[in-house]
Amino acid sequence: MSKTSTINANEITIIQKKNLYLLLTVVVIVGLIMLAGYITEYSHVEGIMSIPAAMSWMASNMWFSQSTLSNLGSVMRLLWETILISIVSTTTAAVFAVVFALLGSKLTYINKPLMYAAKIVASISRNIPVVAWALILVISFGTNSMTGFLALFFGSFGFLVRAFLETIDEGSEDSVEALKATGATYWHTIFKAVLPDSMPQMFSWILFMIETNIRSATLVGLLTGTGIGYLFDLYYKQLNYEMVSLITLAIVLAVLVIEAISNIIRREIL
Amino acid sequence: MTAVVEHNKNGGIKVSKPNRGQRVLKGLLIGSAIFTVIGFFLMDYTGLDLTHAIPMTIDNLGQMFLSPSLNNTTWPSALWQVAITLSLAFLATILGAVISLFLAFGTAVNLSKPWISNTIKAFITVVRAVPTVLWVLIFAIAAGLGAVAAVIGMIFHSIAYLVKAYSEAFEEVDQGKIEALRATGSSYPHILFQVVVPQTKSFLISWTFLRFEINFGVAVAMGAAAGAGGIGYELFMASTFYYDMQEVGAITLIILVVAIILELIANRLKMAA
Amino acid sequence: MAVDSKVKEVTETRTDFNNKEAEEVLISFDEDLEITGDEVEIATKEELKEMPVIMSIENLNKEYSKGKSVLKDVNFEIKQGELLSIIGPSGAGKSTLLRSINRMIEPTSGKITFDKQNITNVKGRDLRNMRTNIGMIFQHYNLVDRLSVFENVMHGTLGYKNSLQGIFSLYTESEKEEAIDIITELGIEDHIYKRCDELSGGQKQRVGIARALVQKPKIILCDEPIASLDPSSSRVIMEHLRKICSEKGITVIVNLHQVDVAKNYSDRIIGLNSGEIVFNGHPTEINKEVIQAVYGTDFDDLIME
Repeated sequence: MSKTSTINANEITIIQKKNLYLLLTVVVIVGLIMLAGYITEYSHVEGIMSIPAAMSWMASNMWFSQSTLSNLGSVMRLLWETILISIVSTTTAAVFAVVFALLGSKLTYINKPLMYAAKIVASISRNIPVVAWALILVISFGTNSMTGFLALFFGSFGFLVRAFLETIDEGSEDSVEALKATGATYWHTIFKAVLPDSMPQMFSWILFMIETNIRSATLVGLLTGTGIGYLFDLYYKQLNYEMVSLITLAIVLAVLVIEAISNIIRREIL
Repeated sequence: MTAVVEHNKNGGIKVSKPNRGQRVLKGLLIGSAIFTVIGFFLMDYTGLDLTHAIPMTIDNLGQMFLSPSLNNTTWPSALWQVAITLSLAFLATILGAVISLFLAFGTAVNLSKPWISNTIKAFITVVRAVPTVLWVLIFAIAAGLGAVAAVIGMIFHSIAYLVKAYSEAFEEVDQGKIEALRATGSSYPHILFQVVVPQTKSFLISWTFLRFEINFGVAVAMGAAAGAGGIGYELFMASTFYYDMQEVGAITLIILVVAIILELIANRLKMAA
Repeated sequence: MAVDSKVKEVTETRTDFNNKEAEEVLISFDEDLEITGDEVEIATKEELKEMPVIMSIENLNKEYSKGKSVLKDVNFEIKQGELLSIIGPSGAGKSTLLRSINRMIEPTSGKITFDKQNITNVKGRDLRNMRTNIGMIFQHYNLVDRLSVFENVMHGTLGYKNSLQGIFSLYTESEKEEAIDIITELGIEDHIYKRCDELSGGQKQRVGIARALVQKPKIILCDEPIASLDPSSSRVIMEHLRKICSEKGITVIVNLHQVDVAKNYSDRIIGLNSGEIVFNGHPTEINKEVIQAVYGTDFDDLIME
């Protein structure tokens, strides 16, 4: 009798502890939300209210007048420029990223100091936000494509090194071991095992990066006065909301088309 | 010797016969190489003077990283701005996470019906196609530039990211356990919160933190580009208003340190998951 | 010759397994498809003594971290043309021992002599040369999945090539023909241009063996070659290894965890427990006490006779 009751008591304390723990987590999170709200002067009511307001705004500005549509040509030209920068910066960054990933991977490193150097360079390049790169570079390079290209290049480079590094480490361990055991040279293991094994996955990461970069390019363009981001900023400040929604729509369509193409390519190569 | 060997044009034995995927990949590699080279010629270089730009960049980078200092602001104020940026990122992440949790229940194919799952996925694809900065600026029309527009705008991409991550984690949950509870007549919310969420808890935490790390970078960007305040705004002012490279350097280093700390924590959580 | 026809028969059964109805497969299982298969001719104790030594391992030690040794003072000799099995529980150090032989893992101390040459400290070109003479096959086959069977087999020649020759796949026609002969011998000639990830486990392992044979090795190291395979494929692989040893005179060293397989195919067995050799002798000498010493517990079911 007494035995069963102690078990019950234990069970109750466990459940209580579990509930207490859960309650504590919830209290801490709610506390943090309130603190963050205080710091940023964020109002939840206003936040919720802004959603229907923005929705009705979007709906009312979707009907383009003739004069808005006549600007379609320049929208398309700048959109193309933005896409171009995104792709070229990604592919260029990928070339450098492959080299750094090979230097940084535990399977293919040449020596330890070089391995850490490669990882640190990549980490710095990826942890400085793209906006910071854009703001730093626009001062010396001015408002042209080169600034956007370089800003996206540095951001993509750091990210791709990390992605490629994981791809190499996960995919090639076995085959590298086998090739080493046959007496193959370092370059053999890279060209005959690591690259054939990781190339499709790496390409998939490149496609992902291009998708991301088209969105980032808009942001960079906004700050550096280039590409589609510049055009958006221009009409936004003129309060020409029809043009703003036309540009947004154009970007959305471009991103969706590129995502669709990426998915088709992925299905073929993976 | 019965092997079916094929010979190439010179009469040598072929070592491989590439299949479709390999040919496509090869074509794509060559194609993107050519596109990149042509792309460099197609870009708009108006006003670019490399002989001037490169030495200036090097000089700027030297000032930034060799003698960083805060000239127009103070350390306490700069750290407060970091706190604002972190808070914006936190609010967008946590509010996004709560919404994502419920959307992910509807998206995971093992917990939901196909039409619900596909509807949410389509919605998310469109949401993700709009750059975050445009979301923020669109909401700023309704709510004015500031924290509200920034947080609500950032929530959209957080949701797109987290729903995908969460629903994939839910799909890994052992179907047997779900069926076992269904068989006992447990209610749907009971199954979700007694089995699915506890089973995937460490994944959920790890992905949410990863998004927090990303959102920190996004919040910096929104401060600079969409008037959301915080350290990003300071960076924007230092570079385009004061042209003060030493301050740009100091702020960049502060951002870098915070970002690296967040990345290290995220990696730790990912290992544990 | 007997082995030859056996192999052919087994290969056919294997194809049966893929193509025919389940019933027929079951019938062929009934005939003789236990892992061990038929009795195989192995060297007697006297014959073994006559064989010349090809490799000797002296006082081999390996510590991964200070004070945690995986191999403790291991000493043994390897005879030319024998099939030597190393058995032991998982974690006994079998894999480490095997990889120390071709220096994929650097031993902490000790001496390895191969072909009258001390290879414990060779580096660079000499290390590659040594590895060309020692083939290796793996539990997980370790093939480059996205390349063709033929390309994977040709990787066995890389040890003889400089970096540029290897990168641009400059294999000579005679090398290719030799490789095709080996591929045909192993019965995978129909798959020669298939990507390796399209093959079954047993077929992959035969590609692994072909790659090792193309090296023209004196020794082949096999790290748990059948641990990931079903019984019938396991038998095909073991028959091939036995045949390579008996007919080509190549020394074969196999890590195994099935004692019955080791007993059936090896000329000699070494038992390893916690990094120490606890048994070294002829398969006929394996008995309950030996098993006890190797595995630490009473493992009656390890001998399935």
